[in-house]
Order: sequence, then structure tokens, then C-alpha cells
Amino acid sequence: MIARVPGPVMVAAGCGGTGRELVPYAGPGGLEGLDFVTRSITLDPRPGGAGPRLVEVPGGLVNAVGLPNPGLEHFLATELPWLVRAGAQVFVSIAGSTMGEYADLARRLSRAPGVAGLEVNVGAPDEVGARLFEVREPYHSASVIAAVRREFPADRPVLAKLRSDVSRIVEGARSCHEAGATAVVVGNAVPAAFPDGRSGGLSGPAVAPIALRCVAEVHRALPDVPVVGCGGVHDVASARAYLSAGAVAVQVGTALLHDPTTVARLRTTLAPLPQEDA
Amino acid sequence: MIDARGAVHGPVHGPVHVVGEVVATKRIGGYRHLTLTAPGVPEAFRPGNFVAVSVAGHVARPLWVHRVRASSAFGPTLDVVVEARGEGTTWLAAQPVGAKVPVTGPLGRAFALPKEAVSCLLVGEGYAAAPLFPLAERLRERGCAVSLVVSAPDESRLLSALEARRSARSVTVLTADGSVGQRGTVTEHLDDLVRRSEADVVYAAGPHGVLRAAAAAAERAGAWSQVAVETDTPCGTGLCHGCPLPVVGEDGVDRVVRACAEGPVVRGDRVRWDAL
Repeated sequence: MIARVPGPVMVAAGCGGTGRELVPYAGPGGLEGLDFVTRSITLDPRPGGAGPRLVEVPGGLVNAVGLPNPGLEHFLATELPWLVRAGAQVFVSIAGSTMGEYADLARRLSRAPGVAGLEVNVGAPDEVGARLFEVREPYHSASVIAAVRREFPADRPVLAKLRSDVSRIVEGARSCHEAGATAVVVGNAVPAAFPDGRSGGLSGPAVAPIALRCVAEVHRALPDVPVVGCGGVHDVASARAYLSAGAVAVQVGTALLHDPTTVARLRTTLAPLPQEDA
Repeated sequence: MIDARGAVHGPVHGPVHVVGEVVATKRIGGYRHLTLTAPGVPEAFRPGNFVAVSVAGHVARPLWVHRVRASSAFGPTLDVVVEARGEGTTWLAAQPVGAKVPVTGPLGRAFALPKEAVSCLLVGEGYAAAPLFPLAERLRERGCAVSLVVSAPDESRLLSALEARRSARSVTVLTADGSVGQRGTVTEHLDDLVRRSEADVVYAAGPHGVLRAAAAAAERAGAWSQVAVETDTPCGTGLCHGCPLPVVGEDGVDRVVRACAEGPVVRGDRVRWDAL
């Protein structure tokens, strides 16, 4: 059996808290059946960066949150079981500082009950993913994906989350897919700077046209590779734009920080697409 | 509701995201007071909670709740105090009666209330003192002896303590320039205030300096402290992890928690002030 690609609406990594915070705004069904990507989990706990971690700019946010998370042990003991119990389809976003860490994370998570799939964070902007395994070339991300794929069962999806860099995206998507990624997520926050010059990542409607272009390029060049669109999705029209460009699903991130009910509304409007186990 | 598997489907009294309406506005000194309807928010409010008001094209603005009315001509309402500091708050302060604004709340952890009728000292500075007013009412309902201190750099940034005289045994007004009440700052008077009120619990709301001084004064007097920490909370709901608050956990281990979700009210002795 080949892994199902989730969708059509997912919660983007790092924008759904631990899941609990989303419950009051998730509608009558709660998190039941929701494709929820966790914030990136690392082997060891990370406190995250210093404040201010996010600032507003026209059309979006610049962030350098720094992947705060309690580390794998704590996540497995507390946050994951809660999400599974709440009925969410849990996609654990993983980030490592070495290839070995990615493989360790994948192996441990493959044995944890209730993990629907993994999303490999290989395209975080520099400050956001400080001290992470450096991914500059497509073969870097491909080797990470291959290492994860070796440790994670083939019948569950591994998503590769890439940076929306139009000059490299097709190459990156191709090599990740060849390395075993079930689908590629396009894309991560766009490398940017805070008004004071600190490095960060830009997200929100401001990056939507860039991500959309990348999704379209990937779909045109690699029609067999499932693509998940991520960047500035905040209403039905912005979600449909990605789906029309060839995406099989969209992720909602920054919009949740403005209106936490966004995912619930999109889920009721966008019916699941018919999917074959192709 | 909890289903057969024990899964939680929406808390009964959790926060909501609703379209509220401005039903009254008032300018008091340097602040704008807005009275809002927001179905479900006043009902679930506890002192220390805050609300996030969405500003078009911006992340939500966190606002302290100054007063909640269970019923009025408009139904349940809540009052917020807006200090126009940036683009978002300036927009918000300019909203006329009838304006529709999306409101998320009540958010965050509320003040912990004592189980017994004890003496409480409430210390606040500027607009951030707002949550102490509903707190004073709640404490009085529990039979606590409430001493309230409101302070500000000057009169224009002082929240009126007139109405609080009903809930508080004593009210002290302090301004740095002496324009109203006693001249001086909270930090200068704290030890004296804690001693005179014989406080078992010190509640503080205001700038970090005031909170820190209140926590330290409480510690010296052997009292508990609860402080409402104001930081930039980009989403207010706990989703973005954008409001780091350095604390020492119950287990004595340093942690960074979210000011909006694990706060804004925390025990004063738990905050690592130097790291804030």
C-alpha cells in the first residue's frame, strides 16, 4: 500500500500550538479527522529564540521563533497521545541538526502509536532553524529524506517541506520525491529580515504569489509528484488558487494567528478531493 | 463535550472567536475606553483573562478587560482600555459606536483566587492596571479585605479608582508627578503598603518593573504574589509561540512558557525577571 496524501486542508507546522489551543475554534467536531502538522520537534528540547519573535509587516509576519519545542521524549509522552486521543491525524514535523538526528527522530516516531505521517522540515530560513542541518543544495534535502524514509514505514506518508525558491524548487521537489517523499510541501517561510536587520522568515499573504508560482512550476514539471500548497492561505479563494495550480492540499498557518477559526471554516467549505491509492 | 472515547470536543466555557460590536466609547485621560458586546466572552471571563481584538490586516491586539457587565441594554458587555501606541491600537481607539470588531477571548490564565477570606493588596500602574478592578470585585464577593493601589506617571494615564471604592477597603492613588493623589511610585511605597495592608496575597498588574517590585515585596513579607505579565502576544491564543516568558517551573527547572497561554498571570516568584 502506498501512503495517502493528506488534505485538502491541513494545519501548517508551528501555527497550531500543541493542538489543544485550537480546540475552542475547531468547530463541533473538534480535532477529529483534522490533518494536523505539529510544530517542528527536535531530539533535544529547544527554548526558542529571544523576543520579539514575530513582527508585522504589510501582508504578513516576519518570524524568528526558533522552533521552541519540548524535545522528542516529552512530545511522545504528552503532546502526541493527547493529539491522538483528540482524533487528529498527526503529522509530526521533524527537524535535526545532523542527518543522524533526522533518522533517529523518524525511527522513534515510526514506533509511536498514532503518528499518521512525518513532515520533514528541510527548508527553514536560517535564523528560524538556527543550528539545524544545513540544507543548501537539493541533494542535501534528498539525503535527509532518504535517511528518514529508511526508518519510517512505506505505507505512511513522509512530506518534504521545502523553501519557496523558484529557481531551485523543481530540482528540490524532484530529488526529494526520488528519495522517497510522498509529497512536497511548498513552502516554508521565505528568508527575510526584521526591520532591525535580524534574519527571519516571511509568511502570510505577502508570500502567497511566490509559493503559488513554485507550486505551479513543480506541478508543470513533475505532474506525478503530489504538491501541498502553503503560504498565505486564509480563505476559500486563496486555497482554491493552490488547488487550481495543481496542489492536492493546502496548509493554513499564519491566518490562524489572525483568526483561529480559519481551518474550521475551510474544512467545511472544501470537501475532500477524491483520492486513489495510485 | 466529551465523547465515548474521552475525546474533548470544545470546552464548555472556553474562549470563542466572535464578531463583537462597539456599543459605547469614552475618552478618559490618555486612554480610550471601549464597551463591546462579544457573545460568549463576558460570560466566560475571569479576572486576569484578556481578549484579542483583530485589526484588519494585522495580528490581533491583546487588551486587558477593565469591567464586565452580566447584563445591560446591549446584553452582557465588556470594557477594554486602549492606549493608542501603534497603527493597530490607533485604529482601534478610533472605532465609533456601531463598529464591528472580531474578538477572541477570554484568553489566558486568570488570577488564582484565595480559598479563604484573606487580606489582598492589589497594585497596578497605567492602563495595564485594568484587570485589578474586576479582580477587586471578585475578591470582595469572597469576603477578602482588598487594598487597592493605582498608580501612573501622571493623571492622564491613571485609571479612575472611584468605582473601585465600593469593592476595596482602602484605595491609594499614586502619581509620579503628584498631579493627583500621593506623589511617588509604586516601588517606593510597596514595602510600606504590604505591611499596612497585612497582605497575604499581592496581586500586581502593570509594567515589568512594578510586577518585579511587587513580587519581591511579597517575598520579603512572606506573602504570595500573582502578577499579570504584559508582553507582545502576536496571536494571543497560544498557537504561535511568539510570546516567550522565562519562568522557573514547579520542579525548579528553568523553562520558557507562552505568556498568552501559560500566563499572563503567573506566580511572581516564578518569573525569571532578568531574562525577560
